Amino acid sequence: MQCPKCHAQMHTYNRNGIQIEQCSGCRGIFLDYGELETLTRIESQWTQQAPPPPAPPQAYPSAPAPAWGAPHHGGHHGHYRQKSFGRMLFSS
Amino acid sequence: MTAALVRDLGDLAHRAAHASGGCCCPPPVVLADREDGTVVRSGPVVAKAHAAGTDTADLAARLGLAAGAEHAATLLAPLPRTDPAELHGRPVTLWPHGEPVDPGDPDAAPWEEAGALLARLHRTEVRRPLPAMRGPVKAALAVARMRTARPGDPAVEPVLTAWHGLPGWARGEAPSPAGRGAYLCHGDLHLGQLVRHPAPHGSWLLIDVDDAGLGDPAWDLARPAAWYAAGLLPPEVWLRFLDAYRAGGGPAVPGDGDPWPALDVPARALTVQTAALAWAKSAAEGRAPDEVERVMTDACARIASLPPELAAEHTS
Repeated sequence: MQCPKCHAQMHTYNRNGIQIEQCSGCRGIFLDYGELETLTRIESQWTQQAPPPPAPPQAYPSAPAPAWGAPHHGGHHGHYRQKSFGRMLFSS
Repeated sequence: MTAALVRDLGDLAHRAAHASGGCCCPPPVVLADREDGTVVRSGPVVAKAHAAGTDTADLAARLGLAAGAEHAATLLAPLPRTDPAELHGRPVTLWPHGEPVDPGDPDAAPWEEAGALLARLHRTEVRRPLPAMRGPVKAALAVARMRTARPGDPAVEPVLTAWHGLPGWARGEAPSPAGRGAYLCHGDLHLGQLVRHPAPHGSWLLIDVDDAGLGDPAWDLARPAAWYAAGLLPPEVWLRFLDAYRAGGGPAVPGDGDPWPALDVPARALTVQTAALAWAKSAAEGRAPDEVERVMTDACARIASLPPELAAEHTS
């Protein structure tokens, strides 16, 4: 199937019985009828089990970050002026 | 062998600095001494010995690129050669000295200029045959170096898992996806790749074309992106760089909105590369990785924990 947005190839994944199509180009996700409701239901079951997460402080204007990015609250920005990071900024 | 190479590079740079003898030049200064590049400065001239085994045809194409008039405001141009083009089996090039970024003052680093230079480079129409940008190959070399330096070490597992989750093109095993691979790229951007020429107050230019070529322009944004994602680079610094790139019309990311669909794969690859080099270098120095180096391995661990169907590319 082709992505309706950028027309790249969509790839199919199966997650907990839900079929998700993700675009190999723009990484957009396509859900079939009812799948969003199923996901919302599974999510609410999950959040009922887990304690509520603490609200992160907004010290900086929010910038988009990847799913694997470091958590911003209590992040490592204190490293910015460390000598070791200084070296990393200048090496391959 | 390296000492002799450094001495000969110094002599070469000194001869190029002034043809006649009888001067009071300070002794040559070693700017870098690695297997992939030994660089010695004598006054206004810098001599560079490239890696042994460098493909000389590819190097010639890259030097032609740097010398091209269309890149005069983007890339530092090499000096014309009169001396032998090889020393101790390594190809040698000559360059004018440029004023580098001050490593002791990260706040003064030219992030906006870096973004603007990359945007200009990526927008340049490619008019000459060029090899592929070497970014993915360098990532693969870094992983190989880590494996050799730390065979069987369980501490490097997250780095290897993150590496294996990348698509083949990002590991240097396949061409870039269609439509993403035909841009002119620097291939190894970091703050050591910017100089002011003429020194010390001239325009900022990009140096070191050893890895330049055709590829996905997102690769050139991926190292700062990886530092930001790892939590090392503050968001406001990352945004200064990214916004300047966008203001310059750079094609690697959309003009607004979330840049991460385009940056994700190259930034994961640079995260792996940086972590792998940290493990390799720390092993060579007989020490454990320091706190900053471990931050990159932590990022690899988060990448490694992504659902595999979202981390790798599968076709249904």
